[in-house]
Amino acid sequence: MSTKEFRPGRGLNVSRRTLLQAGAGLIGGTVLPVSLTAPAFAEDHPAIGTYPAGSSGSSVFIGISVPRTGTYAVQGEDELKGYQLAIEHINSGHDLIKKISPKTTKGVLGKELKFGVADSAAKPNEAVQAQQRFITENKAVMITGGTSSAVAVALNKLAQREKVIFVCGISGSNDTTGKDCVRYGFRQNFFGQTAAAAIAPVLIKQFGKNKKAAYLTPDYTYGHTVTKSMQDHLAEAGWTTTTNQVSPLGAPDYSSYLLNVANSGADVLINVNWGHDAVLSTQQAKQFGVLDKMKLVVPYQVPFIARETGGLMQGVYAATDYWWTIEDKYPLAKMFNDAFEKKYSYKPEWGAENAYVSFAHWARMVEEAGSFYPPDVIKAYEKGETIPSLVGDVHYRPEDHQCVRPVIIVRGKMEKEMKNKEDYYEVVEIVPGESLMQKPDEFGCHLGDYT
Amino acid sequence: MINWPNFVSQLFNGLALGALLALISSGLTIIYGTLGVLNLAHGAMFMIGGYAGYVAYTYTGSFIIAVIAGSLFVMVLGVVMERVIIRHFYQRPHEDQLLVTFGLGICFVEIVRLIFTSQSQVVPPPAALQGITSLGFLFYPTYRLAVVGIVAVALGALFLVLYRTRLGMIVRAGIEDSVMVDSLGINVYRVFMIVFGIGAMAAGFAGIINAPVVSLTPGVGDDILVETFVVVVIGGVGSFPGAILGGLIAGEIISITSMFNPGYAYVMLFAAMTLVLVLRPHGLLGTQGRE
Repeated sequence: MSTKEFRPGRGLNVSRRTLLQAGAGLIGGTVLPVSLTAPAFAEDHPAIGTYPAGSSGSSVFIGISVPRTGTYAVQGEDELKGYQLAIEHINSGHDLIKKISPKTTKGVLGKELKFGVADSAAKPNEAVQAQQRFITENKAVMITGGTSSAVAVALNKLAQREKVIFVCGISGSNDTTGKDCVRYGFRQNFFGQTAAAAIAPVLIKQFGKNKKAAYLTPDYTYGHTVTKSMQDHLAEAGWTTTTNQVSPLGAPDYSSYLLNVANSGADVLINVNWGHDAVLSTQQAKQFGVLDKMKLVVPYQVPFIARETGGLMQGVYAATDYWWTIEDKYPLAKMFNDAFEKKYSYKPEWGAENAYVSFAHWARMVEEAGSFYPPDVIKAYEKGETIPSLVGDVHYRPEDHQCVRPVIIVRGKMEKEMKNKEDYYEVVEIVPGESLMQKPDEFGCHLGDYT
Repeated sequence: MINWPNFVSQLFNGLALGALLALISSGLTIIYGTLGVLNLAHGAMFMIGGYAGYVAYTYTGSFIIAVIAGSLFVMVLGVVMERVIIRHFYQRPHEDQLLVTFGLGICFVEIVRLIFTSQSQVVPPPAALQGITSLGFLFYPTYRLAVVGIVAVALGALFLVLYRTRLGMIVRAGIEDSVMVDSLGINVYRVFMIVFGIGAMAAGFAGIINAPVVSLTPGVGDDILVETFVVVVIGGVGSFPGAILGGLIAGEIISITSMFNPGYAYVMLFAAMTLVLVLRPHGLLGTQGRE
């Protein structure tokens, strides 16, 4: 500013007093926030990740990456619906959210949740690129994504590096909260170890000891760890593996794998494939007569598989995170089913349930922490308090950030047993989570640093 | 699972798998050979053939009508695509051609996803071809056996068109040297349109024939497109017999390798392609100098 432009007493009739007052105000306006609030950040909450930039406004941003194309597209869309419903409920202060997160009024710490969605196509590099954008450009305070453990593991690493909390979507690998666990990652849903520990006794009771099993395994961390857990738990009853057919994600045809299975002399086919791979391999197993020779088991249930395989899941045992008919036993499940069905016109599957609950738990932890400061939120999770979910009370283990929660064993209903068109499974057993968990360090988890 | 009965089973399965790959690849290779356009929307057209057939099947309950509808719809789509978009790209660089067909492929897939969602749809095989047939050395799905025959007939028909008709002669001449064909007074652009239609129809036909083998999803063409390219590279770009040979080789590699170690089935397929590229860059039955 040149001195010629400023002419006190002429164009701008400013008195000395007014000038001093304005000057004091200006100085106060700029200095006060620095002198009063900045030292508080510096001492207690230094800037980390997207904090405090991401939560300084009236809203906060969440980055969501789900597969909307590719072999897991159907499950990804369902998962997204769960996230959207949770965000809607959190922003409006819905009764169901308040049951899980009692301190919630509207939004999280009074801030509205906004979100962006990216298609990961179940590919780690695409998910990481999208989430990196959400972190850098939108200052996301939390990221989520899954429906592939390969994606979950990659986002775990991104979250730890960027110091932004990652609330994991569907991920069944033991590694996600095992050898690839991180301080900044949390998983609500069941996984290979708990699925195997829950379903193995049921299978042994149903089919007997010393059986021969053939496996169809997708060739990545989820497939390998789930198959390994199943083999370990069934070996205790003398079950052996005749063949393990490892196939790439999105294989266009399973005929050659199924011929090997058909010629293996197995009694049981354990199909670890997921998404459309599970649908296709199950349908082709039927075409090749494999399902007439051996019993099918799906240890890690696939949302929508019963709808898509047209009756092939009848009589089939599966372990799952959630099945809607448990609403008779769990009031929160009933509230969730009703709200979900009202909005989307179908019964929710477990991808949507996991999405909803994991967001509700995150909202609770932020409210408990009273801040978006990531280490405080992490410590709120690590208190390991018993908290509500749609399947009863659960808690997060501080050692590996895995939610200890029940696993539900279902069996596909025969058509004549179905009470309505979405009544695909009967709930055989709800196995409490604590008994299913491995020791916290068994899968090599070493959480990283807080800061 | 390494034993003679399983080896014979896998050998046969490789043949069935290869036959289907040969049919899909033949359309791709004819289009590329004649027009010089690598059609990255070929997988999407394969997928649309399946869905068009599925719609026809839903309304009529007839598999034969579904096959006819699937093939014709994609042929018409191919002709429209060639007239409206592709012909503007003949004189443009290959990168532009790749991008425009890649983009069209994405549009087709997403439009289908919008209409039918990602949930898989099922087209059952005709009643007479359902179930399993015993071949003595293995039990094999009856419909897959029929597919080998159907594909053989379809490839035979394509062979007759390409090698026993005037149009086929022009197409083959166009594959060798389209500029010379043009110089001889033949309307090469009209031929291009017909070839694009025939190539698309081959993809559409394969799509609906394949529908009872797989469950239809919008991504079904993406999964098979990569294999189709491998087949074309192994067989030789622009070579119709090469597509058949390449298809059979690819089918056998996938099947036989899976007997030893299923995890390496696709690794071996790409290893074979690499080997062919090193030893015979123009493919097993391709001709040097073709673009």
